[in-house]
Amino acid sequence: MIEVRELTKYFGARAAIRELNFDIRPGEVVGFVGLNGAGKTTTLKILGCVLLPSSGQVRVDGLEVTAEPHEVRRKIGFLPDVPPLYDEMTVGGYLAFAARLRGVSGRDAPARVQESEDKLALRDMHDEIISTLSYGYRQRVGVAQALVHRPRLLILDEPAAGLDPVQIVEMRNLIRRLRGEHTVLISSHFLAEISQTCDRLLVIQAGEIVAQGTEEELAASLGTAGEIEVALRGPAATALEVARKVPGVLDAQIAHSAAHETVLKIRAREDCRPEIARALVLAGHQLLRLDRGASRLESIFIELSHRERLS
Amino acid sequence: MRATLLIARRELGSYLRTMSGYIIAAAVLLVDGILWNAFALGAQQDKHSAEVLSDFFYFSSGTTMIAAVFLAMRLVAEERQNGTLVLLTSSPVRDREIILGKFFSAFTFLAMVTLATAFMPALIMVNGKLSIGQVAAGYLGLLLLGSAALAIGTLGSALARSQVLAAIISGAMLVGLIVVWLLAAVSERPLNDVFLALALWGRHFPPFQAGVINLRDVAYYLLVTYFALFAATRVLEARRWQ
Repeated sequence: MIEVRELTKYFGARAAIRELNFDIRPGEVVGFVGLNGAGKTTTLKILGCVLLPSSGQVRVDGLEVTAEPHEVRRKIGFLPDVPPLYDEMTVGGYLAFAARLRGVSGRDAPARVQESEDKLALRDMHDEIISTLSYGYRQRVGVAQALVHRPRLLILDEPAAGLDPVQIVEMRNLIRRLRGEHTVLISSHFLAEISQTCDRLLVIQAGEIVAQGTEEELAASLGTAGEIEVALRGPAATALEVARKVPGVLDAQIAHSAAHETVLKIRAREDCRPEIARALVLAGHQLLRLDRGASRLESIFIELSHRERLS
Repeated sequence: MRATLLIARRELGSYLRTMSGYIIAAAVLLVDGILWNAFALGAQQDKHSAEVLSDFFYFSSGTTMIAAVFLAMRLVAEERQNGTLVLLTSSPVRDREIILGKFFSAFTFLAMVTLATAFMPALIMVNGKLSIGQVAAGYLGLLLLGSAALAIGTLGSALARSQVLAAIISGAMLVGLIVVWLLAAVSERPLNDVFLALALWGRHFPPFQAGVINLRDVAYYLLVTYFALFAATRVLEARRWQ
């Protein structure tokens, strides 16, 4: 769906992105991860045909973005980091305008508006003036305008930024529902969100792609499966000793210890949760909880950032 | 063309849905009304109807140009400031369609405001005679002058990152084009002829005031409009590199 080759963009003498190479297959949901200023938004704007590259090739559905930007834009739905909303319009009027702008006929526009409002739970807001909407609803309208013309490729720049926890869950569910209907490229600072919604990750650092693959592939390439968190009942010191002896475990530490519960944080080379569980139970500990830790992607990301700085 | 009309319709709606359009319309009518009473009607000596009408078009040309700058300053700069320009630039719409759509909406609004002043010339009929030809020529002149000023304002708006800066740039370009005739007085032929021909107001508007339509003047205003809109389109295209 997307082929990016040697993509470079200069702003003056500064290269915002340098020789990016990646592919995105049709139907994939791909997360674009990177620190502020890493080049995510610049890349997304080039893919969205808003910016022109300094050099390199970008093909969307076989079309070169610099040669056929008009055709490429028909296939794309783009949500920038700030939703492009006309405050004085109603939600329905705005979505109809966006649909017509993207080539939807006047006859089909009302149905498309209704369809996108249904997807984003905006039906009740159809006649509301956009300036009166809460931040969460504004973000939803922003996503609705991006998919109102049923684009093949959906580019979402920070769709969950500024949303409250409930809205984040709703956004996550929406992106899951879009899987299969659209190819989706999402950039986000919320690594946990990316981790839960995306098939694959592209990690960008200082304008360069430093890693790409599934979360497991990234973890494997770094030689770590990230953190495993274990909550148990029993003597903390013994549990620590047992855990450290499990093959594959690199390090184990007591994160929290109380009368009723001890929490261990274990760094392992591979996913060795079954072995850890077995060892602790055999040693007489009562296992309360065992998971990979909410911050696995954070660990990968921090490790990649660290390696990049060192290199 | 479809995209141009879509954008124009939305923009026109935005003038009517927000206060800015009404404020500009009210200000133009108020200033025109004051000037009409103070200069056209309130002069000490008696005047012919044609002179009163000519005075009306004289000061209306000033308010039209100022209104054009205020109407145009928001066209691109406001969208860039608010981050809404990306909706247009990421859609299958050509940059010239964006510029034309915005220009047409502002021109339609300016034309509505300009034509709303028609009650002032109509008042001449109370005590005098009204030349329909002079009225038509005067309003055609106002619309052409307004079109050129709006196009220059659109260029200023495309160049600037904020509305205030857009108004300053557009105002500077307009004033430059108006006072260029002063250079004619201090230069020799053929240069002074060029300066006179370029002047936005000095040579090209007075004939309309007097009820005379010269093809040369019509062509001048249309060319200024075309070149300014062409330049604005180029500026928008160039922004895609930045």
